[in-house]
Amino acid sequence: MAFRLLSRILRASQKSGLSVSSFSKLRVSSHYLMNACRLSSSAPKPQKETINVTFLLRDGEKQEVQAKVGDNLLDIIIEHDVDIDGFGACEGTLACSTCHLIFKQSDFDKIPDKPTDEELDMLDLAYGLTDTSRLGCQVVLTKDMDGLEVTVPTGVADARGGPL
Amino acid sequence: MLARRKATLCLGKFLRFSVCASKSQPEKCFLQLLTPALRRHSSQSGPQHSVAIVGSGPAGYYTAQQLLKGDPGLVVDVYEKLPVPFGLVRYGVAPDHPEVKNVIHTFTQTAQNERCNFLGNIEVGRDVSLQELRNAYSAVILCYGAAEDRTLGVPGEDLPNVISAKSFVGWYNGLPEDKDLPVNLDCESAVVLGHGNVALDVARILLTPINMLEKTDISEHALDCLRRSKVKRVHLVGRRGPLQVAFTIKELREMVKLPGTRPVISPQDVQGLDKIIKDLPRPRRRLTELIHKTGTAVRPGSEEVKEWTLHFCRSPQRILTSAGGDVAGIELVVNRLQGETLESQKAVATDEREILPCGLVLRSIGYKSLPLDPSVPFSKGKNIIDNEDSRVKGEPGLYCTGWIGRGPVGVIADTMNYAFDTGRTVLQDLDNGRVARRELGCRDQLLNKLRSKAVTFEDWEKIDMAEMAAGEKIGKPREKLVNVEEMLQVACR
Repeated sequence: MAFRLLSRILRASQKSGLSVSSFSKLRVSSHYLMNACRLSSSAPKPQKETINVTFLLRDGEKQEVQAKVGDNLLDIIIEHDVDIDGFGACEGTLACSTCHLIFKQSDFDKIPDKPTDEELDMLDLAYGLTDTSRLGCQVVLTKDMDGLEVTVPTGVADARGGPL
Repeated sequence: MLARRKATLCLGKFLRFSVCASKSQPEKCFLQLLTPALRRHSSQSGPQHSVAIVGSGPAGYYTAQQLLKGDPGLVVDVYEKLPVPFGLVRYGVAPDHPEVKNVIHTFTQTAQNERCNFLGNIEVGRDVSLQELRNAYSAVILCYGAAEDRTLGVPGEDLPNVISAKSFVGWYNGLPEDKDLPVNLDCESAVVLGHGNVALDVARILLTPINMLEKTDISEHALDCLRRSKVKRVHLVGRRGPLQVAFTIKELREMVKLPGTRPVISPQDVQGLDKIIKDLPRPRRRLTELIHKTGTAVRPGSEEVKEWTLHFCRSPQRILTSAGGDVAGIELVVNRLQGETLESQKAVATDEREILPCGLVLRSIGYKSLPLDPSVPFSKGKNIIDNEDSRVKGEPGLYCTGWIGRGPVGVIADTMNYAFDTGRTVLQDLDNGRVARRELGCRDQLLNKLRSKAVTFEDWEKIDMAEMAAGEKIGKPREKLVNVEEMLQVACR
């Protein structure tokens, strides 16, 4: 709850034009806010349920993380410092395709929210698009996705033919 | 739902930033850019050599990111002609697409790396020569993009109010060189030549309700002009058909949904498309489906006061003028398409001509890169630097990436992947001795010479703050400074 409140404050501050790239200011204020929220929330933080998620990275390495149910895959990749160059460039605002991930068919079918037109529009620009591709920022984890394995596509030719 | 997702993501980002904040980062001033100071703050081995990047747009900062990550002994200096960084993310991305500009956060993180320096207000060829850079750095990476646009070569092209879309974009985005562009919107019809994303951007800016634009960081001089605009119809003219459009589906969908504006696509133009659609590759299929759907949609008694039209298979022949010398229209030749495969079909002119009345013509048929220095091999046909996998031909230690390397096409993600590849190539060459590492002494001398003129990243942050403060006063996220002198003043240079 405190976190949600915090993110709302931050978003509001971003909207008011406080932060965009002025990091020094953002850092100070966000640090302050974080502490303020910690102090104000006396109730114990509810432990979120977690599931196992494995990322098959571009270099063939695997990285397994304990991911919180209710988070989306972009959040999880950031929170667990999964090292994927250029991932999530637009920060989950459906303005790029850099958080493209590929799922196994059975996992793909388990994702409760079907892609919107806007997500499909961005996926159309993704490198190595498949029938079981989704944007990580739009995939929210549910309990029954435990054991999920997602492949991070390699930067092969763009679906539109890419730069000439 | 989306809003909730955005909120959680924002939190994710916030956490990442707050982690950064907990690491103490020394304030960089220009003196500290020099190596000894840097060495004190750096890992034990310290920086050993350096690379120069020319251009601070996406190609520049993504290349820097890859280089810094791959070699802890490397210092990266990013040179920029303007006092402000981020190239086309600041000056090309449309003001009503703030989410696309989120990449600035990543660039800022890169720029704040203690081994990365920004040298704004330094133009290669004016303040420092390419040869000086090559003498001072182990490698020089050119990513200065495309400074010009392609021309039509038709009579009347140099008339007032026949404007390159590139300049028009620069004008509404506050690019200093375009701030005084004479734009006259005292006409009901505008023609945009081209079917790419820039064409859709300029059409959208012309038609978007002013109260929506007022909330963006569009420059105030452009907003003033758009407030008085009489433009009601925008005609987007392409030389080929609906299957060859270059714009992407996101931008088209945005246009179709634009409030108070009606899309017009002739049912004739999309006739038969439905039979071809299913065999197209997915991106082209979905894009064509949307064109077809828009062309065949019934809009009974629509109340929209403005409209935009896609015209296919038309090429400009000449710009027509009124008795007073103003733009009055454009003469188009009707093309037919020739060729086996749909996507590679070529437009061939017929004898048929038609006239489209208009008072403004925006030329949006592609950007064009320029050579930097006679010593750099340049392909005049393709308008790119001659290179193989980013290595400039016959010039070891010299590289190029971004639009100057492959031509002015693709979205930011394309440039990102290309820049990452370039970064890896440079690291490989430095690693295996293909390119000799240079000591830092020569580079430090060069920085000393440029010190009085260069704008640092901290200077830019002052400009950034000033712009956001100016924006806040008028309910905008930012009001850009449009004078270089003013920028330098705020940066206290």
